[in-house]
Amino acid sequence: MTNTRDDLAWRVGGPQGSGVDTAAGIFQRACAIGGLNVFGRREYYSNIMGRHSYFDVRVAKRPVHIHRDRPQLLTTFETESLSRHATSVIEGGALFYAAKDVEATVEGVTYLDPRAKADLTAYLEERDLPATMSGLLEDARRRGVQTYEADYEQVVQLLADNLGVPQALAGRTMNTLAVAMSLALVEYQRKYVYAALEKTWPGKQKIIDLNIAAVDLAYEFVRDAYDTSDFAYRLEPGDSKKPCILLNGNQAVAMGKIAGGMTFQSYYPISPATDESVYLEAHETFPTTNGDRGSVLVVQTEDEISAVCMAAGAALTGARSATATSGPGFALMAEGLGWAANNEVPLVVTLYQRGGPSTGLPTRTEQGDLWFALNCGHGEFPRIVMASSDLDDAFFDAADAFNYADRYQMVVVHILDKSLSSKTMTVPPYDVQKITIERGEIVTPDPDTEVFPRFAVTESGISPRPLHGTPGGMHWLTGGEHTPFGRVTEDPVVREAQMEKRMRKMETAAREIPVDEKLRVYGDPEAEFTILSWGSNKGGILEAIERLADDGVSARLVQVRIMSPFPKTELAELFASAKPLVAVEANFSGQLAQVLRQHTGVTCDHLVVKYNGRPFSGRELYEAFTAIHAGTDEEKLVIRNPNE
Amino acid sequence: MTTATEERKLTAKDFQVPFPNDWCPGCGDFGILNSVQQAFARLGLEAHKVAVVGGIGCSGKAPYYFPVYGVHTLHGRLLPFAQGIKLANPEMTVVGVGGDGDGLGIGAGHFVNAGRRNLDMTYILFNNAVYGLTKGQAAPTLALGLQTKSLPGPNIQGQLNPLMMAMSVGFTWIGRGYSYNVKKVTDLIVAAIEHRGLSFLDILQPCPTYNNLHTKDWYAGKDLVSGQPRIYWLDDTDYDPVVPEGADDAVLSAKASAFMARAHEWGAEIPAGVFLDNRSTSSFADRIETRIENYRAEPPHRREIADAAGKPTADLSEMFDEVRMS
Repeated sequence: MTNTRDDLAWRVGGPQGSGVDTAAGIFQRACAIGGLNVFGRREYYSNIMGRHSYFDVRVAKRPVHIHRDRPQLLTTFETESLSRHATSVIEGGALFYAAKDVEATVEGVTYLDPRAKADLTAYLEERDLPATMSGLLEDARRRGVQTYEADYEQVVQLLADNLGVPQALAGRTMNTLAVAMSLALVEYQRKYVYAALEKTWPGKQKIIDLNIAAVDLAYEFVRDAYDTSDFAYRLEPGDSKKPCILLNGNQAVAMGKIAGGMTFQSYYPISPATDESVYLEAHETFPTTNGDRGSVLVVQTEDEISAVCMAAGAALTGARSATATSGPGFALMAEGLGWAANNEVPLVVTLYQRGGPSTGLPTRTEQGDLWFALNCGHGEFPRIVMASSDLDDAFFDAADAFNYADRYQMVVVHILDKSLSSKTMTVPPYDVQKITIERGEIVTPDPDTEVFPRFAVTESGISPRPLHGTPGGMHWLTGGEHTPFGRVTEDPVVREAQMEKRMRKMETAAREIPVDEKLRVYGDPEAEFTILSWGSNKGGILEAIERLADDGVSARLVQVRIMSPFPKTELAELFASAKPLVAVEANFSGQLAQVLRQHTGVTCDHLVVKYNGRPFSGRELYEAFTAIHAGTDEEKLVIRNPNE
Repeated sequence: MTTATEERKLTAKDFQVPFPNDWCPGCGDFGILNSVQQAFARLGLEAHKVAVVGGIGCSGKAPYYFPVYGVHTLHGRLLPFAQGIKLANPEMTVVGVGGDGDGLGIGAGHFVNAGRRNLDMTYILFNNAVYGLTKGQAAPTLALGLQTKSLPGPNIQGQLNPLMMAMSVGFTWIGRGYSYNVKKVTDLIVAAIEHRGLSFLDILQPCPTYNNLHTKDWYAGKDLVSGQPRIYWLDDTDYDPVVPEGADDAVLSAKASAFMARAHEWGAEIPAGVFLDNRSTSSFADRIETRIENYRAEPPHRREIADAAGKPTADLSEMFDEVRMS
């Protein structure tokens, strides 16, 4: 079992704007500084203030790649968090609740959805319990969950009195108090919490001092007020000598783009892509190995149409250019992508998927845009479509995307999802020198050349490319079909030659891109039980595979990383021995499974899908795989979790 | 703006191409094309440092008729493409060319937001009040109630005023020309390109095929009792378009009022020439340089991103330090 004392899942919830993220940040930093591996999952509403958000933080001595949907420890300040999460706390776990809320009713929780209220009321009724916080707490106690009452107001008052500061000021430490009470409960060393405060408010000594006082008070309060002997979890530090950074998916992509030499990014604000561009803008200049100051120019445009066209324009001059967006913005970019592809412009689009269609679930995760990324745009054009599985991938793929774009003079769609963009993890600082920058066939023509054949027909399909501004490189570009010089034409023979030349680049890319970049196999490579997946599902699948191994079942994951050109030969070979073949996707239809069938004729035996906007957990997948192994005749297993 | 170092004096011929032109005979586009070619020659531009960026429609084809980096983009999108080129390579002279439907209909959002940025480039509007290439539908510049010959009835949508729109969104040089006056239009294009900031030149032009109202004869005032041409030139009046560097709000406000009075004139007397030459507003490159000091010295298009071995020059240690935990 993994529910050991060095693998702790903590959840904190609260209204947006109340500092849930700050609390989670302090908790994660305290653990990371103490040398533990950290995984964080953030769930939030499309709302600025008041709606419920929560953060799952899982820490362990070994690397962790996925959250737990059943936390051991839950911290709440108010009724909505208690209502939503109390029933999820695992047997033997613990929760903190606010003393003032005990008699509050489930019905009275403002933003709790009517469906959730009805379900919770029925759940409590079945157990002869009132639909109140005290009913929920009694249910928790019956399930062996320790419930710790916290009179937060009293603690804040005590802090104000101790320090002689106004209560309002002391009240700002509420999140620190809550984090510190949780960490005190698991007897985690206080010095790491202090260090986390310094990382949270660098240089702001007054705030740090105030929060240190709050930490001390919380540790004393927990020692004096609670009997902690029935809560079995104790958190020991790990190896704090090992270099580590704590970052999220948006940051990993932004850093990868900078390492990969991107000098231009345009964007229009959209969740969950915006944070990447904001990070880039905040880090628009940086040191370089040649002693200069490097830079990336970030431009906020009027819409995504402008974002993609502007990035394409910049790319014509030789700047490595990209734009970042999510589904609705990507939909607006379709025409611009077609233009860029027709003119063989190296252009990277980072696509953070969220729940669709239309506005859908703007802050929730989904993998519903694979078909769209593969097929968007009218007419036919070549493109690279790649998907990252975790933060390491996100960093290196973000850099590699520019190499593919330059080498094949193609549009590259780099797909991530909301789950990956907002997940936080401790990772070793990336070795930037592992990246090699390849600019492809950029040419410096004889300066006396009057017109350059930019779209010369070649065997590989790739034509030497003069950058805008180069003497002798003048040519035309057009959304129309064109001659090798870029002049519009409707001649049938020239049309065929140009169409064939463009599409030939796909064959060249398919031939040249190494198999290890196209797909990766995890688990037991010889196993028959085969899971096909893509994107950020990997973390949950790997945990499920480990648990299957504990049960004596060996399984493997085939993670597809490049969907265009689709690795059909490689996959057909791998799947010849697959029994059963199970696709795992965070969408309704099993989009990758259908693409596989389209290219190879191979049909998956089972489909495990989840489309409620929340990521798969290891437990959910383990249970689905176990059912499949036991011979379920269900072809499509839908993972549902009403408590997320 | 970039000038040739060659000693030979350039002529319009240096900016012509040996390809047939498929505009209708008598099209106003020819006058504009001729003027742009003459302006490029007069400015002594080097062809490889010029990008002409067009939209969709008859006017959008103009880039094909210059031996420069000619970019025929998407309907309404010429400004985003043009800005991308200019932002990444500020050493290029970038000229946008497009129609009134392209820029003020489908591309209106880009027109508005380009004004807010004020890049150092030029946008020339080919304004004939109709969508020519799709056979004569009403453009946003066609007045309410008018019926050009392809319309099944009088126009029931209102007209927008491109000059007013350009001023309100921040274009810092605004002019108007008339396509058959090549000499004046050439002067205006030279001034527009020389202006340090975003220039907007509205060029009135007949569409002999689809606009039977705003014809060459109409502009010549043949329907008027006076028989005088409708176009008059602001440089023949005491109008002063210049907002000097460092001008205060009072000056700007006075200039705006004078501008509006002229920009609203239409009918028997239509003003043309330079409406606004605002030298008091920073260009986008100036603003970028407040954040990225070496933006002009090392612009995005030629920043050294890799060393001789192809290894990244970016040093991420500062970024890693911000999130370093141990």
